[in-house]
Amino acid sequence: MTIRIGSGSAWWGDRISPAAANANLGKLQYLCFETMAEATISAAQVRKRKDPSFGGYDTWLDDRMNAVLPGCLANNTKIISNQGWINPIGAAERVIYWLKKIGAHGVRVAAINGGLITDDVIKNTDIILESGLPTSTLSDSIVSGEVYLGAAPIVEALKDGADIVITGRVADPSLFAAPLMYEFGWNEGDYHALGVANGIGHLLECGAQITGGYFADPGFKDIDKPWDLAFPIAEVTNDGTAVITKLDHTGGAVNLQTVKEQLLYEVHDPANYITPDVIVDFSATNLRQVDTNRVEVSGITGKKKTSTLKVSIGCVEGHIGEDMFFYAGEGAMRRARLAEEILRERFKIVNLDAEELRIDFLGHNAIHGKMTPDTASDPYEVAVRVAARCKTRSEAEKIGREVDGMAVSGVGMTGKRVPHQDRTREIIGVWSSLIKRELVSPTITFYES
Amino acid sequence: MVLTHQAGIGLSNHHILRKLRVLTVKLERVAHCRSGDKGNTSNISVIAYRQELYEPLKSQLNERQFQQHYAGVILGKVTRYSIDQLCALNFVCEGALGGGVSRSLCLDNYGKSLSSRILSFELVINAELEKYLK
Repeated sequence: MTIRIGSGSAWWGDRISPAAANANLGKLQYLCFETMAEATISAAQVRKRKDPSFGGYDTWLDDRMNAVLPGCLANNTKIISNQGWINPIGAAERVIYWLKKIGAHGVRVAAINGGLITDDVIKNTDIILESGLPTSTLSDSIVSGEVYLGAAPIVEALKDGADIVITGRVADPSLFAAPLMYEFGWNEGDYHALGVANGIGHLLECGAQITGGYFADPGFKDIDKPWDLAFPIAEVTNDGTAVITKLDHTGGAVNLQTVKEQLLYEVHDPANYITPDVIVDFSATNLRQVDTNRVEVSGITGKKKTSTLKVSIGCVEGHIGEDMFFYAGEGAMRRARLAEEILRERFKIVNLDAEELRIDFLGHNAIHGKMTPDTASDPYEVAVRVAARCKTRSEAEKIGREVDGMAVSGVGMTGKRVPHQDRTREIIGVWSSLIKRELVSPTITFYES
Repeated sequence: MVLTHQAGIGLSNHHILRKLRVLTVKLERVAHCRSGDKGNTSNISVIAYRQELYEPLKSQLNERQFQQHYAGVILGKVTRYSIDQLCALNFVCEGALGGGVSRSLCLDNYGKSLSSRILSFELVINAELEKYLK
Protein backbone atom coordinates (compact mmCIF):
# COMPACT_ATOMS: atom_id res chain seq x y z
CA MET A 1 0.00 0.00 0.00
CA THR A 2 1.37 3.38 -1.02
CA ILE A 3 0.20 6.86 -0.06
CA ARG A 4 1.03 9.93 -2.15
CA ILE A 5 1.44 12.98 0.02
CA GLY A 6 2.51 16.39 -1.18
CA SER A 7 3.67 19.73 0.15
CA GLY A 8 1.59 22.87 -0.36
CA SER A 9 3.83 25.37 1.42
CA ALA A 10 6.89 25.58 3.62
CA TRP A 11 6.20 28.95 5.20
CA TRP A 12 3.79 31.84 5.20
CA GLY A 13 5.37 33.68 2.28
CA ASP A 14 5.86 30.65 0.08
CA ARG A 15 4.76 30.56 -3.56
CA ILE A 16 1.22 29.42 -4.20
CA SER A 17 1.27 28.14 -7.79
CA PRO A 18 3.35 25.00 -6.96
CA ALA A 19 0.66 24.09 -4.40
CA ALA A 20 -2.00 24.41 -7.10
CA ALA A 21 0.13 22.26 -9.42
CA ASN A 22 0.41 19.55 -6.76
CA ALA A 23 -3.36 19.75 -6.14
CA ASN A 24 -4.21 19.54 -9.82
CA LEU A 25 -1.61 17.10 -11.14
CA GLY A 26 -0.02 15.39 -8.13
CA LYS A 27 -2.54 12.52 -7.83
CA LEU A 28 -2.28 13.10 -4.10
CA GLN A 29 -4.22 11.59 -1.25
CA TYR A 30 -3.00 14.41 1.01
CA LEU A 31 -1.76 17.96 0.50
CA CYS A 32 -0.11 19.47 3.59
CA PHE A 33 0.55 23.13 4.35
CA GLU A 34 3.19 24.41 6.77
CA THR A 35 2.84 28.17 7.14
CA MET A 36 4.51 29.15 10.40
CA ALA A 37 7.87 30.35 11.61
CA GLU A 38 9.13 30.31 15.19
CA ALA A 39 7.61 33.72 16.02
CA THR A 40 4.40 33.46 13.95
CA ILE A 41 2.08 32.85 16.91
CA SER A 42 3.52 35.63 19.05
CA ALA A 43 3.58 38.07 16.14
CA ALA A 44 -0.05 37.20 15.43
CA GLN A 45 -0.97 37.85 19.08
CA VAL A 46 0.69 41.26 18.98
CA ARG A 47 -0.98 42.13 15.69
CA LYS A 48 -4.38 41.01 16.95
CA ARG A 49 -4.08 43.37 19.93
CA LYS A 50 -3.40 46.32 17.65
CA ASP A 51 -5.62 45.39 14.72
CA PRO A 52 -9.01 43.84 15.63
CA SER A 53 -9.77 43.24 11.94
CA PHE A 54 -6.90 40.72 11.69
CA GLY A 55 -8.38 37.22 11.45
CA GLY A 56 -5.61 35.57 13.44
CA TYR A 57 -4.90 33.01 10.71
CA ASP A 58 -2.68 32.78 7.62
CA THR A 59 -3.12 36.06 5.75
CA TRP A 60 -2.76 34.10 2.48
CA LEU A 61 -5.49 31.63 3.46
CA ASP A 62 -7.95 32.89 0.82
CA ASP A 63 -5.36 32.74 -1.95
CA ARG A 64 -4.05 29.31 -0.95
CA MET A 65 -7.51 27.77 -0.61
CA ASN A 66 -8.78 29.26 -3.86
CA ALA A 67 -5.71 27.87 -5.61
CA VAL A 68 -6.03 24.31 -4.34
CA LEU A 69 -9.65 23.58 -3.39
CA PRO A 70 -10.91 22.83 -6.91
CA GLY A 71 -8.07 20.38 -7.61
CA CYS A 72 -8.26 18.75 -4.18
CA LEU A 73 -12.03 18.26 -4.45
CA ALA A 74 -11.76 16.85 -7.97
CA ASN A 75 -9.00 14.42 -6.99
CA ASN A 76 -10.26 13.42 -3.54
CA THR A 77 -7.21 14.95 -1.92
CA LYS A 78 -7.49 15.74 1.78
CA ILE A 79 -5.84 18.86 3.18
CA ILE A 80 -3.88 19.15 6.43
CA SER A 81 -2.85 22.71 7.22
CA ASN A 82 -1.50 24.74 10.14
CA GLN A 83 -2.90 27.96 8.66
CA GLY A 84 -5.09 28.40 11.76
CA TRP A 85 -2.29 30.18 13.68
CA ILE A 86 -4.06 31.67 16.75
CA ASN A 87 -7.56 31.15 15.36
CA PRO A 88 -8.11 27.68 13.81
CA ILE A 89 -11.89 28.10 14.26
CA GLY A 90 -11.88 31.32 12.23
CA ALA A 91 -9.74 29.73 9.55
CA ALA A 92 -12.01 26.69 9.34
CA GLU A 93 -15.08 28.92 9.03
CA ARG A 94 -13.32 30.82 6.25
CA VAL A 95 -12.58 27.56 4.42
CA ILE A 96 -16.26 26.63 4.75
CA TYR A 97 -17.11 30.02 3.23
CA TRP A 98 -14.95 29.29 0.19
CA LEU A 99 -16.26 25.72 -0.15
CA LYS A 100 -19.84 27.04 -0.25
CA LYS A 101 -18.84 29.74 -2.69
CA ILE A 102 -17.60 27.13 -5.20
CA GLY A 103 -20.64 24.94 -4.60
CA ALA A 104 -18.88 22.14 -2.75
CA HIS A 105 -21.37 20.65 -0.31
CA GLY A 106 -20.84 18.09 2.43
CA VAL A 107 -17.11 18.70 2.83
CA ARG A 108 -16.05 18.19 6.45
CA VAL A 109 -13.58 20.67 7.93
CA ALA A 110 -12.03 20.12 11.37
CA ALA A 111 -10.41 22.82 13.49
CA ILE A 112 -7.93 21.76 16.15
CA ASN A 113 -7.44 23.92 19.22
CA GLY A 114 -5.79 23.49 22.57
CA GLY A 115 -2.19 24.41 21.90
CA LEU A 116 -2.50 28.06 22.84
CA ILE A 117 -1.91 28.28 26.59
CA THR A 118 -0.91 31.92 27.03
CA ASP A 119 -2.86 32.45 30.27
CA ASP A 120 -1.56 29.24 31.86
CA VAL A 121 1.98 29.23 30.56
CA ILE A 122 3.66 30.28 33.81
CA LYS A 123 1.49 27.99 35.92
CA ASN A 124 2.15 24.95 33.69
CA THR A 125 5.80 25.36 32.81
CA ASP A 126 8.90 25.48 34.92
CA ILE A 127 12.28 26.42 33.50
CA ILE A 128 13.34 28.40 30.42
CA LEU A 129 15.50 25.98 28.46
CA GLU A 130 17.87 28.62 27.07
CA SER A 131 18.61 30.43 30.34
CA GLY A 132 17.74 28.01 33.14
CA LEU A 133 15.65 30.71 34.83
CA PRO A 134 12.05 30.13 35.94
CA THR A 135 9.47 31.01 33.28
CA SER A 136 7.83 33.28 35.88
CA THR A 137 10.69 35.75 35.30
CA LEU A 138 9.07 36.46 31.91
CA SER A 139 5.65 37.30 33.35
CA ASP A 140 5.69 41.01 32.52
CA SER A 141 6.53 40.51 28.88
CA ILE A 142 4.68 37.36 27.74
CA VAL A 143 2.44 37.77 24.69
CA SER A 144 1.94 34.08 23.87
CA GLY A 145 2.52 30.57 25.09
CA GLU A 146 2.05 27.77 22.60
CA VAL A 147 2.46 24.03 22.87
CA TYR A 148 3.82 22.14 19.89
CA LEU A 149 1.05 19.57 19.45
CA GLY A 150 1.69 16.24 17.77
CA ALA A 151 -0.13 14.19 15.17
CA ALA A 152 -2.73 12.61 17.48
CA PRO A 153 -5.53 15.21 17.18
CA ILE A 154 -5.11 15.30 13.38
CA VAL A 155 -5.35 11.50 13.23
CA GLU A 156 -8.46 11.73 15.41
CA ALA A 157 -10.03 14.29 13.06
CA LEU A 158 -9.30 12.06 10.05
CA LYS A 159 -10.87 9.08 11.81
CA ASP A 160 -13.95 11.21 12.39
CA GLY A 161 -14.23 11.87 8.67
CA ALA A 162 -12.46 15.19 8.19
CA ASP A 163 -11.63 16.13 4.60
CA ILE A 164 -9.74 19.24 5.64
CA VAL A 165 -7.94 19.68 8.98
CA ILE A 166 -6.92 23.16 10.17
CA THR A 167 -4.57 23.45 13.12
CA GLY A 168 -2.70 26.07 15.09
CA ARG A 169 0.83 25.25 16.24
CA VAL A 170 1.68 21.64 15.53
CA ALA A 171 5.21 20.32 15.13
CA ASP A 172 5.93 20.67 11.41
CA PRO A 173 6.63 16.97 10.68
CA SER A 174 3.39 15.98 12.49
CA LEU A 175 1.35 17.61 9.70
CA PHE A 176 2.71 15.00 7.31
CA ALA A 177 3.04 12.15 9.81
CA ALA A 178 -0.64 12.24 10.80
CA PRO A 179 -2.10 11.08 7.48
CA LEU A 180 0.49 8.28 7.24
CA MET A 181 -0.41 7.11 10.75
CA TYR A 182 -4.11 7.23 9.90
CA GLU A 183 -3.84 5.48 6.54
CA PHE A 184 -1.41 2.76 7.62
CA GLY A 185 -2.86 2.24 11.09
CA TRP A 186 0.48 3.20 12.62
CA ASN A 187 -0.30 3.58 16.27
CA GLU A 188 1.03 5.61 19.12
CA GLY A 189 3.74 3.53 20.72
CA ASP A 190 4.94 1.96 17.45
CA TYR A 191 8.10 4.02 17.57
CA HIS A 192 9.70 2.55 14.48
CA ALA A 193 6.68 3.44 12.34
CA LEU A 194 6.27 6.84 13.96
CA GLY A 195 9.97 7.49 13.35
CA VAL A 196 9.44 6.78 9.65
CA ALA A 197 6.32 8.97 9.49
CA ASN A 198 7.95 11.95 11.18
CA GLY A 199 11.24 11.45 9.33
CA ILE A 200 9.41 11.63 5.99
CA GLY A 201 7.48 14.59 7.38
CA HIS A 202 10.73 16.34 8.17
CA LEU A 203 11.93 15.81 4.60
CA LEU A 204 8.72 17.35 3.21
CA GLU A 205 8.07 20.17 5.69
CA CYS A 206 10.37 22.68 3.95
CA GLY A 207 8.79 22.25 0.54
CA ALA A 208 11.13 23.16 -2.28
CA GLN A 209 14.20 22.87 -0.07
CA ILE A 210 14.26 19.20 -1.12
CA THR A 211 13.44 19.82 -4.79
CA GLY A 212 16.23 22.25 -5.63
CA GLY A 213 15.42 25.35 -3.60
CA TYR A 214 17.94 26.90 -1.17
CA PHE A 215 20.49 24.79 -3.02
CA ALA A 216 21.86 26.08 -6.35
CA ASP A 217 25.49 27.22 -6.52
CA PRO A 218 26.57 27.82 -10.12
CA GLY A 219 29.34 25.53 -11.30
CA PHE A 220 29.08 23.36 -8.22
CA LYS A 221 25.40 22.59 -7.76
CA ASP A 222 23.52 23.54 -10.90
CA ILE A 223 19.74 23.38 -10.99
CA ASP A 224 17.53 23.10 -14.05
CA LYS A 225 14.99 25.94 -14.48
CA PRO A 226 15.43 27.27 -10.93
CA TRP A 227 12.60 29.74 -11.55
CA ASP A 228 10.06 26.92 -11.77
CA LEU A 229 10.58 24.73 -8.72
CA ALA A 230 7.96 22.20 -7.70
CA PHE A 231 7.00 21.33 -4.15
CA PRO A 232 7.85 17.75 -3.18
CA ILE A 233 5.72 14.63 -3.27
CA ALA A 234 6.45 11.50 -1.23
CA GLU A 235 5.23 8.06 -2.20
CA VAL A 236 5.25 6.32 1.15
CA THR A 237 4.86 2.57 1.45
CA ASN A 238 3.66 0.85 4.60
CA ASP A 239 6.94 -1.07 4.80
CA GLY A 240 8.50 2.21 5.98
CA THR A 241 10.26 3.27 2.79
CA ALA A 242 9.43 6.27 0.65
CA VAL A 243 10.33 7.80 -2.67
CA ILE A 244 10.74 11.56 -2.72
CA THR A 245 9.85 13.02 -6.09
CA LYS A 246 8.20 15.99 -7.83
CA LEU A 247 5.90 16.71 -10.75
CA ASP A 248 7.27 16.05 -14.23
CA HIS A 249 8.13 19.00 -16.44
CA THR A 250 8.99 21.27 -13.53
CA GLY A 251 12.36 22.79 -12.74
CA GLY A 252 14.60 21.80 -9.89
CA ALA A 253 15.88 18.39 -8.89
CA VAL A 254 15.37 15.62 -6.39
CA ASN A 255 18.77 14.00 -5.97
CA LEU A 256 21.02 12.63 -3.23
CA GLN A 257 22.45 16.07 -2.56
CA THR A 258 19.12 17.88 -2.19
CA VAL A 259 17.76 15.12 0.05
CA LYS A 260 20.86 14.99 2.27
CA GLU A 261 20.87 18.76 2.77
CA GLN A 262 17.22 18.72 3.75
CA LEU A 263 17.63 15.66 5.96
CA LEU A 264 20.04 17.58 8.19
CA TYR A 265 18.29 20.96 7.94
CA GLU A 266 17.52 22.24 11.44
CA VAL A 267 18.51 18.86 12.86
CA HIS A 268 21.00 18.67 15.71
CA ASP A 269 21.83 15.08 16.72
CA PRO A 270 20.59 12.99 13.75
CA ALA A 271 20.03 10.01 16.06
CA ASN A 272 17.78 12.04 18.36
CA TYR A 273 15.46 14.38 16.45
CA ILE A 274 12.74 15.12 18.98
CA THR A 275 9.14 15.40 17.78
CA PRO A 276 5.98 15.31 19.92
CA ASP A 277 5.21 11.68 19.08
CA VAL A 278 8.61 10.04 18.71
CA ILE A 279 12.34 10.68 18.75
CA VAL A 280 13.30 10.20 15.10
CA ASP A 281 16.57 8.38 14.45
CA PHE A 282 18.08 9.31 11.08
CA SER A 283 21.46 7.71 11.83
CA ALA A 284 20.91 4.61 9.68
CA THR A 285 19.17 6.39 6.79
CA ASN A 286 19.97 5.11 3.32
CA LEU A 287 19.30 7.02 0.14
CA ARG A 288 19.21 5.62 -3.38
CA GLN A 289 18.64 7.47 -6.65
CA VAL A 290 16.19 5.06 -8.27
CA ASP A 291 15.33 7.23 -11.26
CA THR A 292 15.59 10.82 -12.42
CA ASN A 293 14.16 13.03 -9.67
CA ARG A 294 13.27 9.99 -7.59
CA VAL A 295 15.18 9.24 -4.38
CA GLU A 296 14.31 6.26 -2.24
CA VAL A 297 14.60 6.79 1.51
CA SER A 298 14.93 3.85 3.88
CA GLY A 299 16.39 3.03 7.28
CA ILE A 300 14.73 5.80 9.27
CA THR A 301 13.51 4.61 12.64
CA GLY A 302 12.37 5.98 15.98
CA LYS A 303 12.70 5.78 19.75
CA LYS A 304 10.30 6.29 22.62
CA LYS A 305 8.86 9.80 22.87
CA THR A 306 9.83 12.21 25.61
CA SER A 307 7.55 12.71 28.63
CA THR A 308 7.00 16.39 27.80
CA LEU A 309 5.95 18.63 24.93
CA LYS A 310 7.78 21.74 23.81
CA VAL A 311 6.34 25.15 24.63
CA SER A 312 7.34 28.37 22.91
CA ILE A 313 6.92 31.55 24.90
CA GLY A 314 6.80 34.81 22.95
CA CYS A 315 7.85 37.95 24.80
CA VAL A 316 7.92 41.62 23.95
CA GLU A 317 11.53 42.57 24.45
CA GLY A 318 11.97 46.02 22.97
CA HIS A 319 12.63 47.49 19.54
CA ILE A 320 15.21 47.42 16.79
CA GLY A 321 15.98 50.60 14.85
CA GLU A 322 17.61 50.14 11.47
CA ASP A 323 18.54 52.13 8.37
CA MET A 324 21.24 52.40 5.71
CA PHE A 325 22.90 54.79 3.26
CA PHE A 326 25.37 54.39 0.43
CA TYR A 327 28.76 55.13 -1.09
CA ALA A 328 30.14 54.19 -4.50
CA GLY A 329 33.15 54.61 -6.73
CA GLU A 330 36.69 55.67 -5.86
CA GLY A 331 37.14 55.98 -2.10
CA ALA A 332 33.76 54.54 -1.18
CA MET A 333 35.18 52.68 1.81
CA ARG A 334 37.07 55.66 3.25
CA ARG A 335 33.91 57.75 3.18
CA ALA A 336 31.97 54.86 4.72
CA ARG A 337 34.52 54.67 7.57
CA LEU A 338 34.23 58.39 8.23
CA ALA A 339 30.45 58.03 8.24
CA GLU A 340 30.75 55.33 10.89
CA GLU A 341 32.93 57.60 13.02
CA ILE A 342 30.43 60.44 12.71
CA LEU A 343 27.53 58.19 13.67
CA ARG A 344 29.29 56.78 16.72
CA GLU A 345 29.95 60.34 17.94
CA ARG A 346 26.39 61.40 17.16
CA PHE A 347 24.98 58.48 19.17
CA LYS A 348 27.01 59.71 22.17
CA ILE A 349 25.69 63.25 21.68
CA VAL A 350 22.06 62.08 21.57
CA ASN A 351 22.63 59.62 24.45
CA LEU A 352 21.53 56.56 22.53
CA ASP A 353 20.64 53.91 25.10
CA ALA A 354 21.13 50.64 23.20
CA GLU A 355 21.64 47.07 24.37
CA GLU A 356 23.63 46.50 21.22
CA LEU A 357 24.69 48.76 18.35
CA ARG A 358 25.98 47.44 15.07
CA ILE A 359 27.39 49.41 12.13
CA ASP A 360 28.18 47.29 9.08
CA PHE A 361 29.53 47.92 5.62
CA LEU A 362 27.08 46.06 3.41
CA GLY A 363 29.03 44.72 0.47
CA HIS A 364 32.02 44.10 2.72
CA ASN A 365 31.21 42.64 6.16
CA ALA A 366 27.51 43.05 6.97
CA ILE A 367 26.61 39.39 6.69
CA HIS A 368 29.61 37.47 8.00
CA GLY A 369 30.66 40.16 10.47
CA LYS A 370 33.80 39.51 12.46
CA MET A 371 34.84 36.46 10.46
CA THR A 372 35.05 38.42 7.20
CA PRO A 373 38.56 37.88 5.79
CA ASP A 374 40.80 40.81 4.88
CA THR A 375 40.36 41.58 1.22
CA ALA A 376 43.00 42.92 -1.12
CA SER A 377 40.77 45.55 -2.65
CA ASP A 378 37.89 47.65 -1.40
CA PRO A 379 34.43 47.06 -2.82
CA TYR A 380 33.28 49.49 -5.55
CA GLU A 381 30.03 50.14 -3.70
CA VAL A 382 29.18 49.92 -0.03
CA ALA A 383 26.15 50.58 2.13
CA VAL A 384 26.58 51.74 5.71
CA ARG A 385 23.97 49.82 7.61
CA VAL A 386 23.15 50.80 11.18
CA ALA A 387 21.09 48.78 13.65
CA ALA A 388 20.49 48.99 17.37
CA ARG A 389 18.44 47.03 19.84
CA CYS A 390 16.77 49.26 22.46
CA LYS A 391 14.26 48.93 25.27
CA THR A 392 11.88 51.54 23.86
CA ARG A 393 10.66 52.56 20.44
CA SER A 394 11.68 56.17 21.02
CA GLU A 395 15.30 55.09 21.56
CA ALA A 396 15.23 52.86 18.48
CA GLU A 397 13.88 55.78 16.42
CA LYS A 398 17.15 57.62 17.03
CA ILE A 399 18.81 55.34 14.47
CA GLY A 400 16.65 56.62 11.61
CA ARG A 401 16.87 60.19 12.86
CA GLU A 402 20.68 60.15 12.91
CA VAL A 403 20.80 58.54 9.48
CA ASP A 404 18.52 61.34 8.26
CA GLY A 405 21.12 63.77 9.52
CA MET A 406 23.73 62.20 7.27
CA ALA A 407 21.93 63.61 4.21
CA VAL A 408 23.05 67.23 4.48
CA SER A 409 25.28 67.15 7.56
CA GLY A 410 27.28 64.04 6.69
CA VAL A 411 30.02 62.94 4.30
CA GLY A 412 30.54 63.97 0.68
CA MET A 413 28.88 61.94 -2.01
CA THR A 414 26.48 60.17 0.37
CA GLY A 415 23.63 58.31 -1.32
CA LYS A 416 20.46 58.07 0.67
CA ARG A 417 16.96 56.66 0.46
CA VAL A 418 13.88 58.72 1.03
CA PRO A 419 12.82 57.73 4.57
CA HIS A 420 9.71 56.05 3.18
CA GLN A 421 9.15 53.31 5.71
CA ASP A 422 9.01 52.62 9.42
CA ARG A 423 12.59 52.12 10.48
CA THR A 424 11.85 50.41 13.76
CA ARG A 425 10.35 47.02 14.51
CA GLU A 426 9.17 45.40 17.72
CA ILE A 427 11.20 42.48 18.99
CA ILE A 428 9.22 39.43 19.95
CA GLY A 429 11.76 37.16 21.56
CA VAL A 430 11.00 33.46 21.69
CA TRP A 431 11.96 31.28 24.66
CA SER A 432 11.43 27.55 25.06
CA SER A 433 10.15 25.46 27.89
CA LEU A 434 8.53 22.06 28.45
CA ILE A 435 5.07 21.02 29.61
CA LYS A 436 3.77 17.70 30.91
CA ARG A 437 1.62 15.97 28.32
CA GLU A 438 -1.31 15.48 30.70
CA LEU A 439 -1.68 19.26 31.02
CA VAL A 440 -2.47 19.61 27.32
CA SER A 441 -5.87 18.69 25.91
CA PRO A 442 -6.49 19.43 22.24
CA THR A 443 -10.06 19.83 21.05
CA ILE A 444 -11.57 19.22 17.63
CA THR A 445 -14.46 21.24 16.19
CA PHE A 446 -16.21 20.04 13.04
CA TYR A 447 -17.87 22.06 10.30
CA GLU A 448 -19.58 20.92 7.12
CA SER A 449 -20.08 22.90 3.96
CA MET B 1 56.20 1.38 0.56
CA VAL B 2 58.74 -0.81 -1.27
CA LEU B 3 61.30 0.84 -3.50
CA THR B 4 61.87 -0.88 -6.80
CA HIS B 5 64.57 -0.18 -9.33
CA GLN B 6 62.94 -1.69 -12.39
CA ALA B 7 63.09 1.44 -14.49
CA GLY B 8 66.06 3.20 -12.98
CA ILE B 9 66.37 5.16 -9.80
CA GLY B 10 65.21 8.47 -11.25
CA LEU B 11 61.91 7.17 -12.48
CA SER B 12 61.26 5.32 -9.30
CA ASN B 13 61.84 8.43 -7.20
CA HIS B 14 59.49 10.28 -9.46
CA HIS B 15 56.97 7.52 -8.97
CA ILE B 16 57.19 7.83 -5.20
CA LEU B 17 56.94 11.60 -5.31
CA ARG B 18 53.84 11.33 -7.43
CA LYS B 19 52.31 8.90 -5.00
CA LEU B 20 52.93 11.19 -2.05
CA ARG B 21 51.88 14.31 -3.84
CA VAL B 22 49.19 16.20 -2.00
CA LEU B 23 46.96 19.08 -2.95
CA THR B 24 45.56 21.88 -0.89
CA VAL B 25 42.00 22.50 -1.98
CA LYS B 26 39.12 24.63 -0.83
CA LEU B 27 36.26 22.74 0.74
CA GLU B 28 33.88 23.97 -1.98
CA ARG B 29 35.47 21.40 -4.34
CA VAL B 30 34.94 18.61 -1.82
CA ALA B 31 31.60 19.19 -0.13
CA HIS B 32 28.34 21.11 -0.15
CA CYS B 33 26.61 22.64 2.83
CA ARG B 34 23.41 24.15 4.24
CA SER B 35 22.61 26.02 7.43
CA GLY B 36 19.46 25.94 9.53
CA ASP B 37 18.38 27.84 12.63
CA LYS B 38 16.76 26.99 15.94
CA GLY B 39 16.77 29.76 18.52
CA ASN B 40 20.32 31.03 18.91
CA THR B 41 21.81 27.81 17.49
CA SER B 42 22.79 27.31 13.86
CA ASN B 43 23.39 23.86 12.41
CA ILE B 44 25.64 23.66 9.40
CA SER B 45 25.77 20.44 7.42
CA VAL B 46 28.86 19.65 5.36
CA ILE B 47 28.33 16.81 2.89
CA ALA B 48 31.02 15.26 0.70
CA TYR B 49 30.19 15.16 -3.00
CA ARG B 50 31.80 11.72 -3.27
CA GLN B 51 32.43 8.92 -0.85
CA GLU B 52 36.14 9.02 -1.77
CA LEU B 53 36.37 12.56 -0.40
CA TYR B 54 34.58 11.89 2.87
CA GLU B 55 37.53 10.43 4.79
CA PRO B 56 39.83 13.45 4.36
CA LEU B 57 36.90 15.75 5.06
CA LYS B 58 35.96 13.98 8.28
CA SER B 59 39.52 13.63 9.51
CA GLN B 60 40.51 17.24 8.84
CA LEU B 61 37.38 19.20 9.72
CA ASN B 62 36.88 18.68 13.42
CA GLU B 63 35.00 20.81 15.91
CA ARG B 64 37.99 22.95 16.86
CA GLN B 65 38.93 23.75 13.26
CA PHE B 66 35.34 24.50 12.41
CA GLN B 67 35.03 26.90 15.32
CA GLN B 68 38.28 28.65 14.40
CA HIS B 69 36.99 29.21 10.88
CA TYR B 70 33.94 30.98 12.34
CA ALA B 71 35.89 32.95 14.97
CA GLY B 72 33.95 35.96 16.23
CA VAL B 73 30.61 34.68 14.98
CA ILE B 74 30.06 31.30 16.68
CA LEU B 75 30.33 32.33 20.32
CA GLY B 76 29.24 29.08 21.98
CA LYS B 77 30.04 25.41 21.76
CA VAL B 78 30.37 23.47 18.49
CA THR B 79 29.32 19.82 18.41
CA ARG B 80 29.91 17.60 15.39
CA TYR B 81 27.66 14.70 14.42
CA SER B 82 28.09 12.44 11.42
CA ILE B 83 26.09 10.07 9.24
CA ASP B 84 28.90 8.14 7.60
CA GLN B 85 26.89 6.23 4.99
CA LEU B 86 25.59 9.58 3.70
CA CYS B 87 29.10 11.12 3.84
CA ALA B 88 27.59 13.89 5.94
CA LEU B 89 28.83 15.92 8.89
CA ASN B 90 26.55 18.15 10.94
CA PHE B 91 28.01 20.96 13.03
CA VAL B 92 25.71 22.29 15.74
CA CYS B 93 26.87 25.78 16.64
CA GLU B 94 25.55 27.42 19.80
CA GLY B 95 25.49 31.17 20.20
CA ALA B 96 25.82 31.73 16.47
CA LEU B 97 22.75 33.82 15.70
CA GLY B 98 23.14 37.04 17.67
CA GLY B 99 20.63 35.98 20.34
CA GLY B 100 18.14 34.39 17.92
CA VAL B 101 16.23 35.40 14.83
CA SER B 102 14.10 38.16 16.35
CA ARG B 103 16.84 39.69 18.51
CA SER B 104 19.71 39.52 16.01
CA LEU B 105 21.04 42.76 14.54
CA CYS B 106 22.56 40.89 11.61
CA LEU B 107 20.87 41.49 8.25
CA ASP B 108 20.89 37.73 7.70
CA ASN B 109 19.17 37.11 10.99
CA TYR B 110 18.38 33.48 10.24
CA GLY B 111 22.04 32.81 9.45
CA LYS B 112 21.03 31.26 6.13
CA SER B 113 24.32 32.34 4.59
CA LEU B 114 26.51 31.10 7.45
CA SER B 115 27.20 27.76 5.80
CA SER B 116 28.99 29.42 2.88
CA ARG B 117 31.84 30.44 5.16
CA ILE B 118 33.05 26.85 5.43
CA LEU B 119 33.48 26.60 1.64
CA SER B 120 36.79 28.46 1.99
CA PHE B 121 38.22 26.00 4.55
CA GLU B 122 41.36 24.36 3.14
CA LEU B 123 41.83 20.61 3.05
CA VAL B 124 44.95 18.66 2.14
CA ILE B 125 44.13 15.69 -0.02
CA ASN B 126 46.06 13.00 -1.80
CA ALA B 127 46.56 14.00 -5.44
CA GLU B 128 45.00 10.72 -6.51
CA LEU B 129 41.69 12.09 -5.29
CA GLU B 130 41.89 15.06 -7.63
CA LYS B 131 39.66 13.39 -10.18
CA TYR B 132 36.81 13.37 -7.68
CA LEU B 133 36.93 17.10 -6.97
CA LYS B 134 34.29 19.51 -8.22
